[in-house]
Amino acid sequence: MGNYLIRGGRVIDPAAGLDRPLDLLIEAGRLKALAEPGTVPPPPGFGVIDAAGLVVTPGFIDLHAHLREPGHEHKETILTGTRAAARGGFTTLCAMPNTDPPIDTPERVAFVYDRAREAGVVRVLPIACVSRGQAGRELADLVELAEAGAVGFSDDGRPVYDGRLMRRALEYGLLTGRPVIDHCEEPALAEGASANEGPVAGRLGLRGMPAAAEEVPVARNIALAELTGGWVHLAHLSTRGSVELVRAAKGRGVRVTAEVCPHHLTLTDRWLLGAEGNAYPPVGTLPIPNDLPPYDARTKVNPPLRAWSDCLALIAGLRDGTIDVIATDHAPHHWLDKACEYGQAAFGISGLETAFGLLMTLVHAGLLDLPTLIARLTAGPGRILEQAGFRVPYTFRPGEPVDLAVLDPEAVWVVRPEEFASLGKNTPLAGVTLRGRVVLTIFNGEVVFDGRQRPA
Amino acid sequence: MELKTLSPPDAGSLVPGAPVRRRHILDLDDFTAEEIDYVLYTAARMKEILGRPIPRVAALRGRTVVNCFYEESTRTRVSFELAAKALGADVVNMSAAGSSVAKGESLVDTVLTLQALGADFVVIRHPQSGAPYLVARHIRASVINAGDGWHAHPTQALLDLFTIKEHFGRIAGLKVVIVGDILHSRVARSNVWGLTKLGAEVVLCGPPTLLPRSLVSAELWPAVTVEYDLDRALAGAHVVMPLRLQRERQQAGLLPSLREYIRLYQVNPKRLERARPEAVVMHPGPMNEGVEISSEVAHGPRSLVERQVANGVAVRMALLYLLSGAVVEG
Repeated sequence: MGNYLIRGGRVIDPAAGLDRPLDLLIEAGRLKALAEPGTVPPPPGFGVIDAAGLVVTPGFIDLHAHLREPGHEHKETILTGTRAAARGGFTTLCAMPNTDPPIDTPERVAFVYDRAREAGVVRVLPIACVSRGQAGRELADLVELAEAGAVGFSDDGRPVYDGRLMRRALEYGLLTGRPVIDHCEEPALAEGASANEGPVAGRLGLRGMPAAAEEVPVARNIALAELTGGWVHLAHLSTRGSVELVRAAKGRGVRVTAEVCPHHLTLTDRWLLGAEGNAYPPVGTLPIPNDLPPYDARTKVNPPLRAWSDCLALIAGLRDGTIDVIATDHAPHHWLDKACEYGQAAFGISGLETAFGLLMTLVHAGLLDLPTLIARLTAGPGRILEQAGFRVPYTFRPGEPVDLAVLDPEAVWVVRPEEFASLGKNTPLAGVTLRGRVVLTIFNGEVVFDGRQRPA
Repeated sequence: MELKTLSPPDAGSLVPGAPVRRRHILDLDDFTAEEIDYVLYTAARMKEILGRPIPRVAALRGRTVVNCFYEESTRTRVSFELAAKALGADVVNMSAAGSSVAKGESLVDTVLTLQALGADFVVIRHPQSGAPYLVARHIRASVINAGDGWHAHPTQALLDLFTIKEHFGRIAGLKVVIVGDILHSRVARSNVWGLTKLGAEVVLCGPPTLLPRSLVSAELWPAVTVEYDLDRALAGAHVVMPLRLQRERQQAGLLPSLREYIRLYQVNPKRLERARPEAVVMHPGPMNEGVEISSEVAHGPRSLVERQVANGVAVRMALLYLLSGAVVEG
């Protein structure tokens, strides 16, 4: 187990209310001391990590990642996905169950745990299916899945479109204490769509997915959580209307939690126009110029990139706590899945390795403060896992194993997917310059990613 | 092999002396009014050639035009074929049904194959919006969009512009009403770009299910007016352009019945009385006579439909000719 002294960094630990310069002494992988800067001399044999000018936070927790194993190992494996996580500052990943076969039995939950242990990079907590075979008809054995270690239940990739099944999942799920995580999409309103319904889809002649296709099931899920007392967690919210529904629901005490993805906070559907989208007067949009051609399938994601007014509402939701969590919805694909016509390309963005840099554009633009950003990547998801019965380090506790990330909020770098650890090179950010980089990641007291030696 | 992202190519221009030569015709959104005028001017010269006893020149001798049609088409494909032959080019027709496409080959692989076989021009018709952009990113040949999904049909729009100009002597200041299934219409989209650039007043008309609120935005869509009532839309119109109504739209629930559509949106002699006395009717074809257009109008004195078809060859000749790097003295 590792012995480290991390010196001179600004420690941001939102759960502990910490935001000041502190040194961390890690002995045998556990936090020995959190001390005033310079007060602890490095004990002999300890690795010294100079964090002057850098930020030190608990390791990021991603509630929503697709690791593709078993069945789609050409897109990603648990090994490559967890390596990508380490490079992105993430020390805990919740793996979505839409694999082949889907994770809908205790044995398959155990398989994910086994593979993650063999990979040995970061922590993986499997999410299991809501319905058997993800078919949306009958409940999977939720209690047995929970006993096997499923952290929640989701048919993600598909919605739980049957309101009766969702009702039963929320009710029966009460036996487990774990959330039902829904990909909110009304199939009839979203059928065949590949872009946000709006002027951009209209201009490009792409079938649009209206905001209402998300908001209708968001409202339904809230009503059903209210009816049953069950816990619904809403995945990757993307519209202003969804934020307003969740805010109102939380206001009256409904058991609902929600997440948003980095790309929905920062990118808009103008990216589908390619570089031409830069030319429109996007009032207030983030200064992330792209040089994509039009119809670049790497911008295709579900839910689709929306309008700037949606981004602003999502950011406001993050600030006031309506949205608990930032999750990547890391969706790696093989390049062939994207090297085709827009309407036929796969949905998804490979997000683990760009999440922090992309999110920092919000901080640099003054739209979000760094401690709030860190809170939604650490304490927010950490408390959700805690409520689900999983104690994952999301704050620095003396005596406990350390998961942490060392961040350089000012480092300027260019996104080069060919250098990703993830097999999924599918990101619209290829070639984009970001400011904010993960420098080093420690999981369970050991360094699992060290980017300090990387040439600038 | 990694999917390369090319930086957005400067679309260039066909106008002589342009700093960058245009290589592809993908839509009219990146054309200037000057460039459109130059294409129309060239098309007029081509129309003269077509009027000769032997309508052939050798401008594209030794060049190969591949018609790559992933969707049914008669008039557009034949029009391109005649245009290419009139310029002396070799023409190969490829349809999705009779090729390796039917065996699952990807679009990119197919066009790379066509290029390896020596295609200088790839004319592509595809059911997916944006497909010609994907093709243009991967080959050196010139790509001409012959209709992609709901997105664009620039050669149709240019032949419409040519026909309007030929008839009225101008385009600026004319009121053009496009009526019908705007949502699914690549013809409407390209015509909006072309007409507004040349100063026409464009009114889009159709039932809200085929012209939804989200489609028309002052932000991105150029200045056009939306009018759901055809009678009001037609007041003062110079050009009326009904679009083909596919019967699947009714089956998909976008319309209660064809009968009601006909009552509200068919262009017929009585309705046309609302338009200007000199108003003309155009149609991109193929027509559903008795649905979006009555037979009296389709074949009546105000119809320019056959002229559109004939002009299509001249416009496509002009585009092939100019893309080949040639210029027309003006």
